Amino acid sequence: MLELDCRGLVCPAPVIELARHLADVPVGGLVAVVATDAAARVDVPAWCRMTAQEWVGEDVADDGTPRFVVRRLS
Amino acid sequence: MPDARVYLDSASGAPLHPLARDAFLAALDAAYADPHRLHHSGRSARLVLDNARAATAEALGVRADEVVFTSSGTEAVQRGLLGLVRGAGRGAGRDPRPIVHTAVEHSSVLHAASWSGAPTRAVAVDPSGRVRLDDLDPTDAAVVACQSANQEVGTLQPVEEVADLAGDVPLFVDACASAGRLPLPDGWAALAASAHKWGGPAGVGVLVVRRGARWRDPMPEDERAGRHETGFENVPAVLAAAAALQATVAEREAENARQHALVSWVRRVVAGIPQVEVVGDPEARLPHLVTFSCLYVDGEALVGELDRLGFEVASGSACTSSSLEPSHVLAAMGALTHGNVRVSVGRETTEDDIGRFLDVLPGVVERLRARL
Repeated sequence: MLELDCRGLVCPAPVIELARHLADVPVGGLVAVVATDAAARVDVPAWCRMTAQEWVGEDVADDGTPRFVVRRLS
Repeated sequence: MPDARVYLDSASGAPLHPLARDAFLAALDAAYADPHRLHHSGRSARLVLDNARAATAEALGVRADEVVFTSSGTEAVQRGLLGLVRGAGRGAGRDPRPIVHTAVEHSSVLHAASWSGAPTRAVAVDPSGRVRLDDLDPTDAAVVACQSANQEVGTLQPVEEVADLAGDVPLFVDACASAGRLPLPDGWAALAASAHKWGGPAGVGVLVVRRGARWRDPMPEDERAGRHETGFENVPAVLAAAAALQATVAEREAENARQHALVSWVRRVVAGIPQVEVVGDPEARLPHLVTFSCLYVDGEALVGELDRLGFEVASGSACTSSSLEPSHVLAAMGALTHGNVRVSVGRETTEDDIGRFLDVLPGVVERLRARL
């Protein structure tokens, strides 16, 4: 799984990072956005819906920061 | 440079209706005295106030003795909601009973509910922002709060179905987004409205408490405040608010159809911009507003760039709010919260205004994305 460090970034930067790095994983692979910005909790699933990628869910990174996980479908 | 600024934020504050301006100026000179006093000038002010109350009640379809003028829509919400909570009393074990509210209520409702100290239960909404009736459980609640329509996305709420489900639990309706523009729904015990949303002046709210409702004034006792007043009213502003309300109601059939069509046009064009999501119910909505979110765009930059080009819009994006929290309305709907814009039209908005806005919008979105 590719982990993107978006700590300290504010919207829409975490979602832009996600879009930039989606192609870094193969189709079927996972990308995780680690973000302190509260908007990411809503915007990452919304991005998945709008771009037809799979929203996997939220967990936490090693330091407890929220982590939003996406599976590349295309 | 733009030849004229285009104001597309009437949902935040509508320009003063010309009839409201006339009424306000006349009353400023004539109705300065304390309406409680028995002398001639006091009685004149009382007459103006009573006329304004009667006109407001008639336009809203309620009784004059149910209307209380407040100093804002926020105050009407606070007194309306908290008065019903107080009237409901405590539950078993003297614990405060819960306040049940939709997840997309205006922040003034959420803050008042939280301030009351009572537990709160949010009712989920569907992706259009409409409250999910299957998630509404009024058991043991002190109050159920359901807005008439959502202030950010325009979706109309099924207030009368909520009232049926609430049963004996009193219903509080925040009608600030729709009052004047649409008839009030039925089934509530207390309701709040705000004059600057219908072309009246700011600083006038309307609280309507149904006769027989279990409502107890949540504020300190005062010789001139209670069930029918909240202090020395701003009589000229109240009269102006009533004049604007009457005019808005008289014009609304034609105006709503015209504004609904302008908004449908915006919805259609915006939906064609790549990676933009138009939110809210496309038909069961307020006639005058629409919200959309643009992927990869900073909401503050979008508002700023549109303003530079002469178009004034609102945004629910976190970076444009003081709290840095994304809009709780968009979050509850699962809608994209960044790059968010709310466009709202009014009686002064022309087809040319919207045409020019739609001419520049796709280019603005494209330029802001290219900067990233």
